[in-house]
Amino acid sequence: MTNQSSCDVVVVGAGMIGAACALYAVRAGLDVVVVDRGPVAGGTTGAGEGNLLVSDKEPGPELELALLSCRLWRGITEDRRPDDHRPPTRGNGLGPGLTPGLGRAVEYEPKGGLVVASTPGALTALTELAVGQRAAGVETVAVDANQLRELEPYLAPGLAGGVLYPQDAQVMPTLAAAHLLRASGARVETGRTVTGVLRGPDGAVRGVRTDRGDLLAPSVVNAAGTWGAEVAALAGVSLPVLPRRGFVVVTEPLPRRVRHKVYSADYVADVASDSATLQTSPVVEGTAAGPVLIGASRERVGFDRSFSLPVVRALAAGATRLFPFLEHVRAMRAYVGFRPYLPDHLPAIGPDPRAPGLFHACGHEGAGIGLATGTGHLIAQTLTGRTPDLDLTPFRPDRFAEEAAP
Amino acid sequence: MTERRQVLAVIGAGPAGLAAALAAAARGVRVVLVDSAAEPGGQFYRQPAPGLGARRPQALHHQWRTWERLRDGLATHLAAGRVSCLSDHHVWCVERDSGRFAVHALLGPEQREPASVRADGVVLATGGYEKVWPFPGWTLPGVITAGGAQAMLKGGLTLPGRTVVVAGTGPLLLPVATGLAAAGARVAALVESADPTTLVRRSAHPRNAVRGARALAAHPGKLAEAGGYAAQLLWHRIPVLRRRAVVEAHGRDRLESVTVAVLGPDGRPVPGTAQRLDCDTLAVGHGLLPHTDLADGLGCRLDGAGVHVDDEQRTDVPGVWAAGEATGIGGAALSLAEGHIAGRSAAARLNGTAPDPRSWAPAARSRTRLRAFFAELDRAYAAPVRWAENVPDATVVCRCEEVTAGAVREAVGSLGAGDLRTVKLLTRAGMGWCQGRMCEPGVAGVAGCDLTPGRRPLARPVPLGVLAAPPPPDAGTSPCPGTSP
Amino acid sequence: MNPLDLVGARPGAPFTVTFDGREIEVLPGQTIAAALWSAGVVAWRTTREGARPRGVFCGIGVCFDCLVTVDGRPGRRACLTPATPGADIGTQAGTGHDD
Repeated sequence: MTNQSSCDVVVVGAGMIGAACALYAVRAGLDVVVVDRGPVAGGTTGAGEGNLLVSDKEPGPELELALLSCRLWRGITEDRRPDDHRPPTRGNGLGPGLTPGLGRAVEYEPKGGLVVASTPGALTALTELAVGQRAAGVETVAVDANQLRELEPYLAPGLAGGVLYPQDAQVMPTLAAAHLLRASGARVETGRTVTGVLRGPDGAVRGVRTDRGDLLAPSVVNAAGTWGAEVAALAGVSLPVLPRRGFVVVTEPLPRRVRHKVYSADYVADVASDSATLQTSPVVEGTAAGPVLIGASRERVGFDRSFSLPVVRALAAGATRLFPFLEHVRAMRAYVGFRPYLPDHLPAIGPDPRAPGLFHACGHEGAGIGLATGTGHLIAQTLTGRTPDLDLTPFRPDRFAEEAAP
Repeated sequence: MTERRQVLAVIGAGPAGLAAALAAAARGVRVVLVDSAAEPGGQFYRQPAPGLGARRPQALHHQWRTWERLRDGLATHLAAGRVSCLSDHHVWCVERDSGRFAVHALLGPEQREPASVRADGVVLATGGYEKVWPFPGWTLPGVITAGGAQAMLKGGLTLPGRTVVVAGTGPLLLPVATGLAAAGARVAALVESADPTTLVRRSAHPRNAVRGARALAAHPGKLAEAGGYAAQLLWHRIPVLRRRAVVEAHGRDRLESVTVAVLGPDGRPVPGTAQRLDCDTLAVGHGLLPHTDLADGLGCRLDGAGVHVDDEQRTDVPGVWAAGEATGIGGAALSLAEGHIAGRSAAARLNGTAPDPRSWAPAARSRTRLRAFFAELDRAYAAPVRWAENVPDATVVCRCEEVTAGAVREAVGSLGAGDLRTVKLLTRAGMGWCQGRMCEPGVAGVAGCDLTPGRRPLARPVPLGVLAAPPPPDAGTSPCPGTSP
Repeated sequence: MNPLDLVGARPGAPFTVTFDGREIEVLPGQTIAAALWSAGVVAWRTTREGARPRGVFCGIGVCFDCLVTVDGRPGRRACLTPATPGADIGTQAGTGHDD
């Protein structure tokens, strides 16, 4: 007899999404095991910048998820004052507040995003986008050319203006995944590979097979990120998650010279783009630890980890255009990661009708850290049979199968 | 139409790089020797700065005749225009570029301006750097690496202090202790945690007899060298303390003394054996690690800590060879043999012919012997068992980011880290200026995980302005300012 | 015995640099680290977190412990940078950058 154990939910993937799913599922009263073939945050989570952004999303389901996630992140990370005896808020979409003070541990910085436009034409387009976002519930502040320099004294001169998004924030993603996992109280099995998804005679999922025995559970959450397609395939369903490569350049430690997350208005177009060719719109931000992070390239080249100097050169060129002082600042490191994306650039969140008991929480592209809390919260709601706070129709995991059918 | 001469870029002008450059230049290939120092020689043959006017630099060196041969050979090829030498060039990346290679460097010592070299083939002779395991007090000024003490002496003709303790493990400690003593330092002790006499004893053991004896017998020169060091240690009255280690360095703002203790069979200090030695300098080292960043950035496969090479010193990336410490630590003589083979193979391949391994048979034989010998040395100078358990929680293990052993243990124990990369991401150990080169062995030991070299596609810090600008034109044919024949 | 005698050195004429305002004599060709060592100085940086003193560690440009400010530019490796006449060398605190 093989080694067997059972629980309510197996979460496949110990990255940011898996950690958030575990946190909210345990809070919903479920017994959760998280299993990952690698270490905590070994995939896309460990290769990202930790963006919690509303600014780069056009009005629609992803922005709604981002706004929900933004509120939940605040709830998880905020410190509660010792004299604050109010009961933790629960069940209203806000952070339940059971783990106050994670902010410092995960380096949560509600620093706001500043999107800048270099030409009057770009500023007009940006302002139009902001009007729509505002109607959807995003806080936006129009910033003229003079105010830009007040907000970011080291910005290049001559920019047309921008929009400030106070809700944008940042966490250190590996710390966030590790601390959420620890705070969840879920059992975490790293270095354990899922080799199959167990299905009963009725087709219902009844757990996973791993290289170290079976884990029996009526529910399995696919939070495998870029490798989500492989886990889906183990359950006999298709989910077309593909990798989109990105490089990040890290500078020497500096005093805080870049205060917000600063990026060019072109970035929004790149995020939404369908093009397979290289795109590099500069995204520049300071970190709590001192180095400045420079992103963000997007390429579809499969799982190719090899270093690309042209990409890193393009990132440096974009960053120094925005912040000329960076020309003399040294890059110390460059690293690569793979964003998991689905053809319509929306994640898959919720139950899979093709395999009862299987839930998906993957395909968040470059926004997984930010969207993790909302995703985990919605997954916990569906796991416990409650009505999710958001309509999950746009995130249906089987939406591509229909298109593929004759 | 005349065919363009093939260009071989050799990165590193230590024994391996020089041997490769000479071998290739003698066989019709145009060689560009790229090196970060002001003068060729590498760490082993590091020369005093010319301004210091040293008339007998050989007093600080071993195997000086070999150096003279390399130096004179280089001068001949430089004069004939077969080799150009780019000194003060700090290579930060080698890029594959439509069938050729672009070697990107920063001009030293400022390292603000770029220079690039185009080549048809590349020999990576990037050498090694010292490994030091952490212990309490190892961040105090006055605590330096053994190789660092030697480099400052050879290059700057300067001593770090008056009273030195040389400690750690490995064959490098002997020349460092005797060299510092010859230059006027009082060497209070040479503290070696291994017992290298086991090298001989192990060889006597039936199980190891054949391998060990063969490795040793093949190297009468090495035994004589060891005998020479023994005589010098006696001459300079340097006490040699075996199977002991420096367990703590003391001092407020700089080193004042060290505690030395006997290590028991369990690797722990034996109670009652602690001994305090006053000193203003501790030169410490626990062996060397290969520089593999450029190779890794090119996509070359690593084999353990070093670059994987075949019998011709070829990496698994076509057009890229590696030689010397970069392929695994083995000393200057092995570096010369590997460099020679790499240079001959590269010359033949770049000229479109198949090399004949019989033509370098003597070098190949000495490569085989020396690799076996250093494998035996590695076993004799193994780390004390369970040394990492002796590192207290409060001891800084990552010098740049000031991450303690306790933080590393917490990342493993309660945050789920199981490998070096996750430990780094959770603690910042290895994310600082040195990018983990100094702390990786210590962090891996304390974390109890494998030492997997970090990926450093930027082998040196590069100004963003240099990255942002288009690469400069080929510098490979311009004369070398630092080195004239 | 000293290292200069050992190799029969006949250095060129010494020159001066300043370290934290104090004049130090340097032999031509010496790095900043060698010059400071020769003047009895072993620490010229304080760390970002603990403000602990640091100086040379690896001696060959790998460890970045010996960072120093030279003529107003922080982050120079003292073990690689030759001292030049009149150089204004200063202890580097933290990142070495103001503000």
